Amino acid sequence: MDMSVLIALPVIIPLIFGALSLVVLNNHGAQRLLGMLGTTAVLAAAILLLWQTQIHGIKVLEVGSWPAPFGIVLVSDLLGAIMVLLAAITGFATAIYSLKTVRKRFERFGYYPLLHLLLAGVNGAFLTGDIFNLYVWFEVLLVASFALLIQGGERAQMEGAIKYVTLNLLSSAIFLTAIGLLYGMVGSLNMADIAVRLTAVEDPKMVTLVAMLFLIAFSIKAAAFPLFFWLPASYHTPQVAVSAIFAGLLTKVGVYALYRVFSLMFTGEVEFTHQILLWMAVFTMLTGVLGAASQYEVRRILSFHIVSQIGYMMLALALFTPLALIGGVFYIMHHIIVKANLFFVAGMMYRLGGSFELKELGGLYKKHPGLAVLFLIPAFSLAGVPPLSGFFAKFILIKAGVEAGAWWAVAVALFVGLFTLFSMIKIWNEAFWKKAPEPAIEIPAPVRNKALYWTTGILASMTIAIGLFAQPIYVLAEMAANQLLNPQLYIEAVLGGGQP
Amino acid sequence: MSRQFNMRSLILSTGTTIILPLLLLFSLFLLLRGHDEPGGGFIGGLVAAAAIALKLFADDYPSAKSLLRVHPLQIVGVGLAIAALSSLPSLFVGDNFFTAQWWSLDIPIFGTLKLSTPLFFDIGVFLGVIGTVLTAIFTLVEVEH
Repeated sequence: MDMSVLIALPVIIPLIFGALSLVVLNNHGAQRLLGMLGTTAVLAAAILLLWQTQIHGIKVLEVGSWPAPFGIVLVSDLLGAIMVLLAAITGFATAIYSLKTVRKRFERFGYYPLLHLLLAGVNGAFLTGDIFNLYVWFEVLLVASFALLIQGGERAQMEGAIKYVTLNLLSSAIFLTAIGLLYGMVGSLNMADIAVRLTAVEDPKMVTLVAMLFLIAFSIKAAAFPLFFWLPASYHTPQVAVSAIFAGLLTKVGVYALYRVFSLMFTGEVEFTHQILLWMAVFTMLTGVLGAASQYEVRRILSFHIVSQIGYMMLALALFTPLALIGGVFYIMHHIIVKANLFFVAGMMYRLGGSFELKELGGLYKKHPGLAVLFLIPAFSLAGVPPLSGFFAKFILIKAGVEAGAWWAVAVALFVGLFTLFSMIKIWNEAFWKKAPEPAIEIPAPVRNKALYWTTGILASMTIAIGLFAQPIYVLAEMAANQLLNPQLYIEAVLGGGQP
Repeated sequence: MSRQFNMRSLILSTGTTIILPLLLLFSLFLLLRGHDEPGGGFIGGLVAAAAIALKLFADDYPSAKSLLRVHPLQIVGVGLAIAALSSLPSLFVGDNFFTAQWWSLDIPIFGTLKLSTPLFFDIGVFLGVIGTVLTAIFTLVEVEH
């Protein structure tokens, strides 16, 4: 047994635990235990996988011993392994947070099996080396997310879910069409093989056309401009644990897919494709942050900020220089942890303050100073205040923008950073600083909950750690970016025999 | 609780007591036949679920439910677990993850019994399909009540 099985573990572990927690559907204690055990096991596997990938380079597993390019391969390059680790961290934090916040009713309707299935889908998407298999994993995670999104069955949830489902199905249809056209052109589904064969295609305009279809499909999933509005319409409706894992992970699967196909497969007409990416990135940043400015509900503000942050990650891909990609990978690492954490904190604000509306909140700083600190760390990090993780992420990216001479994009990125800070200060002023308004109804004395403080505390300390130990993280991001810029490393690993 | 279906008839009810076991046997036949010939876990599961659905139409919801003894979602869970676990035996003989493993057992009189991980995967699919279809049907019936 060689170590290549490690690549399958982040996918198969959640599948097995998800199945087992369906078996014990009526036993809430067992479900929670399986939730903790499963996410812990995935976390351990993800750490091992990243460690092995960093030492030995890109690892490949030919599933079922069917050789590439005919069978399905799972590939762990550094970007994939980093994404899996981030997914595992978010999943683990969500499992702890769910222990105390998810109602029994939802547990009976399969909350935990769906959570495992979601993680399996996300990890599968990060690790597969086959474009059709990527589509399948997208569907797996979407099915799980549809069900999680409507648990509770409230009117607002259904309204959000309709937009979410419609646009995501549209995106899947476009994705599938693009795969079909691509297969018709090159006759392969293995991404490394496609990359090789695309160089021999006679009509580069056709390739660019297909690339644009992939761009539309993935940018819908990533909630990029102009088709982002499903996100702020739906992400604030489910229970907070669900919002947090969605906010942390789902749009980033779209971003990951963009990084993958536009660094490995579609690099033929970079001036054209990445110019479009640049404009989309700029508008995504702007619309997201301006949308947030007009909102007064904590989760909606945070949802709009997801959109604007996606813009930064796309900006990195659009610039496509070594430094920019380092910044992009760094940004993703910083962002997933911060964003999930902000939603967790919003959930605690609701438990302690009784509302998500800024108007009805207040005085949280006086009553719960610990929570105030836990809010400030991810909030300032999101805005890019040194020495937190967001500062370095933005700094690398903006430096890359200046070097590439993309002045407009740099100006917008700086402006959006400022507005993000404004948004976070708005939440701070209203929810924490101002006097508590007279409550319309008496809020029952909130129970301080250690598990919730632990979850947000761990994530906040990660944010600080990424800021304080930015150098080793930078080196890791540099290695990942190096692999992205040298797709022949990926191609050789997949097609050159497979076994590391 | 038990709602009378309009189509309830003595003929259907009596017929079902005979057809139900036959259908279940047929579904197992389809499952086992599936490896080399048309059939398999998916179609077998559909037939088995149809058998339970027939019981539902011929008699009533409680008696159909009592045939299963567990919630259909739990059957889905068992099926998925078997299917997922069938990927693991390959690791113990040093093959790649999910590589099909074959064992043959010689049983006197009956001949050779071929066992394999694809068979267990198929059994997982079989149970998964039964559970999924019945969850859908039972949910619809519960809405009616």
